[in-house]
Amino acid sequence: MAMTVELPALERTDAMTPKASSARLRRYAGPALGLLLPVGLALAWEIAVWAGFSNGRLVPPPTKIFATMVELARSGELSRHIIATLSRVASGFVIGVVAGTLFGAISGYWGLARRLLDPTVQALRAIPSIAWVPLFILWLGIFETSKVALIAVGVFFPVYLGVMGAILSVDRKIVEVGRTFRLSGPAMIRRILLPAVLPAYVVALRVGLGLGWMFVVAAEFMGASEGLGYLLIDGQQLGKPAQIVAAIVIFAILGKTTDWLIEIATAPLLRWQDAFGGKSGAA
Amino acid sequence: MLALDRVGKTYPNGVHALERFSADIQLGEIIAIIGGSGCGKSTLLRAIAGLDRATTGTVTLDDIAITAPHAKIGIIFQEPRLLPWLSVADNIGFGLSDLPAAIRREKVARALARVGLTDKANAWPRELSGGQAQRVAIARALVPQPEVLLLDEPFSALDAFTRRDLQDHLLDLWNDTRPTLMLVTHDVDEAVVLADRVLVMRPRPGRLFEEIKINLARPRDRNSPHFDNFKRRVLTALDRSLDRNVPDADAKSTTGEAMWW
Repeated sequence: MAMTVELPALERTDAMTPKASSARLRRYAGPALGLLLPVGLALAWEIAVWAGFSNGRLVPPPTKIFATMVELARSGELSRHIIATLSRVASGFVIGVVAGTLFGAISGYWGLARRLLDPTVQALRAIPSIAWVPLFILWLGIFETSKVALIAVGVFFPVYLGVMGAILSVDRKIVEVGRTFRLSGPAMIRRILLPAVLPAYVVALRVGLGLGWMFVVAAEFMGASEGLGYLLIDGQQLGKPAQIVAAIVIFAILGKTTDWLIEIATAPLLRWQDAFGGKSGAA
Repeated sequence: MLALDRVGKTYPNGVHALERFSADIQLGEIIAIIGGSGCGKSTLLRAIAGLDRATTGTVTLDDIAITAPHAKIGIIFQEPRLLPWLSVADNIGFGLSDLPAAIRREKVARALARVGLTDKANAWPRELSGGQAQRVAIARALVPQPEVLLLDEPFSALDAFTRRDLQDHLLDLWNDTRPTLMLVTHDVDEAVVLADRVLVMRPRPGRLFEEIKINLARPRDRNSPHFDNFKRRVLTALDRSLDRNVPDADAKSTTGEAMWW
């Protein structure tokens, strides 16, 4: 009897060992695998231009893009543009997050407020945000204010929706635990609702930030004298594709970095999560 | 004393879940409530806990009418319902936030030792087994020292071995401060091993059918003939409670009243 019980257990430990080593392999191989395609394509294009299959005028090879970046960086242009764009995204993001969190929490917590507020917000959400551009320019001028406002609008909606949805879907059973311990309203929010919505909130922030980066380009298209979006327009008007691609690459780097910052800043708060892939992170 | 006086509940959707349930329960008594599904056992418990309000009748604990959750009444649910973002120790101390940190820590440490989970103090709830999680839930409910502890099918999701283990453990913990225990269960064994009195309910609408006193000394031997005897009595009562041809033994609710809806 004891034998038959023990046998499967032994088999299982045998099966575990190769699994563990392959997991370790995957940890290092995973990112490398992700790099294979873009690096390979870049390399192939570089070789194609170098070998004379293409003149690389419209699609510049990686070395030329890199040279453009270095040139921009050396003249101090690049940091000026990056700082301009970053500060626009940052202020628009902060405003959008604060407003979205506030209204989302109100709509999520009070049924009356939700019935009053939510239909209007949803209707406004249905408007393509770019459609606000002419109005914002008329109202707020063509300088920073209208750009920040547009970004804030873009950030607002995903944060609002995320917070409201998360509060509405907090498990009734866990709220009941708070009730049996007689938590007051503010204590219920602080000790039960806030921690419970945190994972969804982080996702909402990341989606909001992504939209913030999207809208900063739109905002800078509508007349800017600096910023990465300006670099794009400038590159188009003066026929400098390398500058366009350089700006795009910098957008990608900045977007990924800021997203990663949110992720690592909130990771310690979410260690408790018991979720599929909870331990592997997003990378 | 916990006094239930003709407690009844009709849900807003018209379901008549509980009718005129009366019982007087002394401090330190262990009551098991047993009955087929839909006989209002959980409804009754939630009314006593103050989570739902009874539509008729009153629940009073030491002359205080219970209409909302009360510090002297604790409840344990079928699921552990631990807060996943708190460590095991913080979950146990959840109801002690009014106390100074040092006292809270000491009480939590003692409770952890008492349920045998000292080494899990800093673990997350997701790292616990079902039985361990339910033990944490028991510790969390007991640590504020309630006078009445309500248990809503607390062990029904566990396997037979863990269930027996936890039943013994619960009795052990009960012996420390001797609160009133009120336990809803589906398990006749569990009712007979734990309770001083077994209240058998009958469904549609849920009402008290029969009361069986279990005067066996503790610890109870699950294999003794006396134990079997009581089990059989509870089973017979359960069978009769589900038989529509048997009139209510309880004189307080006549058949006419039971059929009015």
